[in-house]
Amino acid sequence: MKNIKAVFIKQLLDTLKNKTVFIQFLMFPVMAIIMENSIKIEEMPEHFFVKLFAVMFVGMAPLTCMSAIIAEEKEKNTLRVLMMSNVKPWQYIISIGTYIFIMCMVGTTVFAILGEYNGKELARFIPTMILGIILSEIIGAVIGIFSRNQMAATSLTIPIMMIFSFVPMLSMFNESIKKFAGIIYSQQISDLINGIGVSEVSAKNIIVIAVNFIVGIVLFALAYKKKGLE
Amino acid sequence: MEKIIAADNIVKSFGNKRVLDGLSFSVLKGQIFGLLGPSGAGKTTLIKILTGQLTRDLGIAEINGLDSAKLTGEDNKKFGIMMDNFGVYERLSCYENLKIFAKIYGVKNDGILNALKKVGLEDAKKTSAAKLSKGMRSRLRLARVIMTDSDILFLDEPTSGLDPATADEIHKMMLAEKEKGKTIFLTTHTMSEAEKLCDDIVMINEGKIVEHGSPKEICRRYNHKRMLKIHLSDGSDIRLAHDESSAEEVAELIKNGCAETIHTTEPNLETVFMELTGKELAI
Repeated sequence: MKNIKAVFIKQLLDTLKNKTVFIQFLMFPVMAIIMENSIKIEEMPEHFFVKLFAVMFVGMAPLTCMSAIIAEEKEKNTLRVLMMSNVKPWQYIISIGTYIFIMCMVGTTVFAILGEYNGKELARFIPTMILGIILSEIIGAVIGIFSRNQMAATSLTIPIMMIFSFVPMLSMFNESIKKFAGIIYSQQISDLINGIGVSEVSAKNIIVIAVNFIVGIVLFALAYKKKGLE
Repeated sequence: MEKIIAADNIVKSFGNKRVLDGLSFSVLKGQIFGLLGPSGAGKTTLIKILTGQLTRDLGIAEINGLDSAKLTGEDNKKFGIMMDNFGVYERLSCYENLKIFAKIYGVKNDGILNALKKVGLEDAKKTSAAKLSKGMRSRLRLARVIMTDSDILFLDEPTSGLDPATADEIHKMMLAEKEKGKTIFLTTHTMSEAEKLCDDIVMINEGKIVEHGSPKEICRRYNHKRMLKIHLSDGSDIRLAHDESSAEEVAELIKNGCAETIHTTEPNLETVFMELTGKELAI
């Protein structure tokens, strides 16, 4: 437990001074606050920007932060020092993952307040966000494990993050994209959030998210087996 | 004295290149042991094998009687390792950098401050590691190692690229750690450092041991010319054979007050290494 706590504190101190990671946690919640309060268009769905940015937040922040943090530690050889100090790879992943999860939940709270969710709506919004955050963290960890350095991580993260973060938005305008988007978890997260108070959770939502989850875990296991954390 | 590190016929190859070729030696408790060799001789590879960061192809490597290939994380905590490529958290201050590891090793705040004081970084405790000079960063890495109070310290070229004053401070600290009974495994390509600090050294070249012993012993062993260098009061130097044939002449010079200083001319480690390998150490 003390190793997990030590890495968690390290990450907390480090992120407060690392603008490139810290901005990921702030960007979409802040944009949602601004847009929600400054743009009012008739016929626009209620809390449109909250839902839009919440989905983009889920697809971007946990994924990019997880891959960036792991890749930086590998590049700077600080991960090796932690491992030589008896910090187990799983302890490291849990610490970093928990830290990112907590930071993302702060953002989620902002979205929940802006969206004026309560009761049943909140009971659907929060678990949906949690599922999305965890899945994105797993994908970010896979990228971090595969990348030798930050440059490699960035070149892998950007296209993957674009898919998970932007495809749900683009699918609103294009049928072909919508068909493809159906198989990715962030589209299901988008459907679940946009369906709050409108439609029930469908079997498709659950199946696609579950399959994405299994694929993510398998990829993580393969990446870890092939590359190890270092 | 108790054997702390034992290496027997260690072999390691990367592809077709044999990096370590049958190295055998042992390190006794409380010694500063020096592994000398030019860059690329295999020093870092050996330290990685001994500390379980790399597997060997053949041979035996033991620390405290434990097979280094089977060291657990808990075993790793019993020795401190400072490698040149081990990073520091650049955005964190010196104090925060140590605080992380203090939590892992169960070191109290006093221990952190004490380690910073020992390496002369007390005044820079709030400075972020990114703002430290190369020498200060090395000292921070060293502070991380000594803070843990491990009985065995592996220091991989701890003074490489440092200015003489900083290197001297680190030397003093190593000697202070030795005084406390710690065993230090030091790799270096600086012969003066090895001569000054080490009780026992192994010289390696192209993965093979070319000489082993205490620095003085080795220098004496290669003192083929056995000469005396006498500095005279008129400022000139003369060289005489270091044997009976020069006894009268030396006595005369002393009697007449002409001899200012008399030195034997043993080779230093650098010249021994050159004689053995045809190469300079510091390359």
